[in-house]
Amino acid sequence: MATSPLRSLQPGSEDRGIARRRVTNRAMTVLLAVVMAITLAVLAWVLIYVADQGLKALSPQFLTQTPPGNPALTGGGFANGIVGSLIIVGIATVISVPIGIAAAVALVEYGGRFADTVSFATDVLVGIPSIVTGAFIYAIWVTRFGYSGLAGSFALALVMLPLVIRASAEMLRLVPDVLREASAALGVTRARTTLSVVLPSATAGITTGVMLAVARAMGETAPLLLTALGDDEFMQTHPTAPMSTLSLQIFDNAVTGFKASQGRAWAGALTLILIVLILTIAARIIGRRVSSARS
Amino acid sequence: MSTPTTAPDAETLADRLRHRGANADAAFRVVVFGAAGLVLLALLGMVVFVLVQAWPAISHYGFFSFVSSDRWAPSDATPTATHPNPYGIVQFIYGTAITSLIGMVIAVPVSIAVALFITDVAIPWLRRPLSYLVDLLAAIPSVVYGFWGIFALIPALSPIVNHIASALAGVPGLNVVFGGPFFGVSYFTAGVVLAIMVLPIVTALCREVFATAPVDEKEAALALGMTRWEMLRTAVLPRSLSGIWGAAILGLGRALGETIAVTMVIGNSVLGINHSIFSEGATMASVIANEFTEATEPFHRSSLFVVAFWLLIIALIVNIAGKLVIRRIRGDLA
Repeated sequence: MATSPLRSLQPGSEDRGIARRRVTNRAMTVLLAVVMAITLAVLAWVLIYVADQGLKALSPQFLTQTPPGNPALTGGGFANGIVGSLIIVGIATVISVPIGIAAAVALVEYGGRFADTVSFATDVLVGIPSIVTGAFIYAIWVTRFGYSGLAGSFALALVMLPLVIRASAEMLRLVPDVLREASAALGVTRARTTLSVVLPSATAGITTGVMLAVARAMGETAPLLLTALGDDEFMQTHPTAPMSTLSLQIFDNAVTGFKASQGRAWAGALTLILIVLILTIAARIIGRRVSSARS
Repeated sequence: MSTPTTAPDAETLADRLRHRGANADAAFRVVVFGAAGLVLLALLGMVVFVLVQAWPAISHYGFFSFVSSDRWAPSDATPTATHPNPYGIVQFIYGTAITSLIGMVIAVPVSIAVALFITDVAIPWLRRPLSYLVDLLAAIPSVVYGFWGIFALIPALSPIVNHIASALAGVPGLNVVFGGPFFGVSYFTAGVVLAIMVLPIVTALCREVFATAPVDEKEAALALGMTRWEMLRTAVLPRSLSGIWGAAILGLGRALGETIAVTMVIGNSVLGINHSIFSEGATMASVIANEFTEATEPFHRSSLFVVAFWLLIIALIVNIAGKLVIRRIRGDLA
């Protein structure tokens, strides 16, 4: 209580009290600013380090070639991983987005006790370690059909699903009830109202959420180790075969002792960061346009 | 919808359309609730199927033998011997706990400071860009943090850690917890990487909590002549305490399950608990990632599912606890 503001109201101690309180205030302000600056410095450190290392190995052939058979050789690229990421995340998106939006409609447009339970379960699902999600898909799919890109898609779909539901539900809640009432007053059914009135006016916001979920899935590695497995050397485009992704290739090449492999992994890391950042920033821009259009 | 049906021949076009609409409406309802039900099914399925895969090892060695040993030696496993269990997992639970703890000890105070700076100290037009930048930390993929951790963070930490270890070498107790030698990959390195990775989520939640502090109370505090820090200390922080706890618990839930970055910087030493935070170790998630595809010994993969099962249970408990705390606060505010 030494710095209690009331203390300074007592006669005599006023000047010293105020001076000390000002110093404390100044000191705390500086401390908060320094911590903020350190946090931003760490962000800059990661981004600049990856860019610096990645640019050394990034070249047009990095995007169009597969790694050389001998990992000690320079050259080659992660074309198979990039294609694999696009296929696996693409399928995961196709699975998780319709289910996620439909579930969000149930939560917001219908509601009720069951919907509340699902809402809670969605929040819990967000926090499930993705390696466990991978183990789950291994248990129900890989044990029967083997490692495959498709299994990887299922795992990523499960990672994306709660993110899509949460983002979509949030956007649906922002749609003014007047729109629903106007539609109902015209004798339009609930389903038609949802499909033709509510969802279209939430599209931009939902797109933002989906893009962020895609960005998250692009960077996931752990669940893919247990499902897609990876195929570091060859281009694989058939989803029923084991398939590499950009993230798996970075992981595999980063932990080898070969300088050339690590160089390719840095270029991969830079590519991955660029993809994820572009998605994240684009999502922000769309999201911002939505919120400014609303206000 | 529930209009009494008249004789079919009297049904007008409007009635028929209304009927069709009602059917479509019911079908739509079933579809969206079916999709919602998938979430529950997935959550339930996870617990069940992970347990099913873990069952061969559990029934062979006994449920509790896994959590009463810290010796993980798959090469000692045979198809018949049931005792001692070569798949003790206590060291992984310890590894998960200690790395998460180090991560939270660093991340929570930093997050509080960053959130306070963004909500109450920064110039208003800087607030949004600053929170975007902090959120960008969450966009960087785990595998990139791990890679960066090996080549950039470890060389930077080494001199600091060696300095601490040698300074504490003569202090009983502390020389065990902070003992050298430091080879770079360690519980501590993993904890620092985790701190960076959970910082954006804890900051975002703290920001949300701080932003709900009533403006009139803040203004009242300032009107009484308080400095800004006194205002934050009396009108913002006390009422935010439970919210900060909720944020910390959810951050912890994230840290517990983080896999790839930790696998890359922890050293993957599975043979027991190392008492120094500067020594190598393994976490529940890291051992699964590291050994799963090469699990060829008897009951090896099944035992990894035992690890996954415990990880799932711990993650469920932590996340549900965090959600309940956050939800109660939001309820109080509403």
